[in-house]
Amino acid sequence: MRVSVQPEPFAFGDVAEAFTAGCSASGAVVTFCGIVRDVADGLEAMEIEHYPGMTEAALITIAQEAVTRWGLEDALVIHRHGRLTPGETIMMVATAAPHRKDAFEAAEFLMDYLKSRAPFWKREVTSKGAMWVEAKSADEDALTRW
Amino acid sequence: MDVLYFAWVRERIGLPREAIKTEAATVMDLVEELRAREDRYAVAFGDISALRVAVDQQLVDFDAPLSGVREVAFFPPMTGG
Repeated sequence: MRVSVQPEPFAFGDVAEAFTAGCSASGAVVTFCGIVRDVADGLEAMEIEHYPGMTEAALITIAQEAVTRWGLEDALVIHRHGRLTPGETIMMVATAAPHRKDAFEAAEFLMDYLKSRAPFWKREVTSKGAMWVEAKSADEDALTRW
Repeated sequence: MDVLYFAWVRERIGLPREAIKTEAATVMDLVEELRAREDRYAVAFGDISALRVAVDQQLVDFDAPLSGVREVAFFPPMTGG
């Protein structure tokens, strides 16, 4: 299991390949990569603040829960912080399991939980100014299915 | 104890962290103490339903006890992913 909170970019393809190469007992690897999306009024940057220490601990707890619940061979979470520009990768998760259903479900669980239980805050910077991204109630509701 | 603020809570209060001497028994008692200090705290803590709190880096409710706690953090709902 690997969890990384970092300002540096990562090479999604390389990380996915290395993760897969390390999972010889799995028939299924699922990966997800989040990318900074340009918004209608012209996004200049996405600034991501986090809570050093708590962030890493929260991600480890969430990843461990996924490994236990879905019997994963391995799980990986990378989440960046700092100032990112449109098109850059924000985060990724990867899960490896004997069968695809468990790998898919575990990846969705990881995404749902790290959206509203890992201490990150996004701020969108546009030509008109900067605004904190508001949490969506749908994100909180998504947790109830787990 | 150390009190930390993140995102717009940090901006409204104007600092990322401070050491506070308090006898507050719960998080809510601490919030009341802070609100009484200055307007910027009263504004930041105006609606606690818009806030989340962590005690020693664990998410808790506002009625959580503060005995033996070293670090309390206030922030808006998280927006990771």
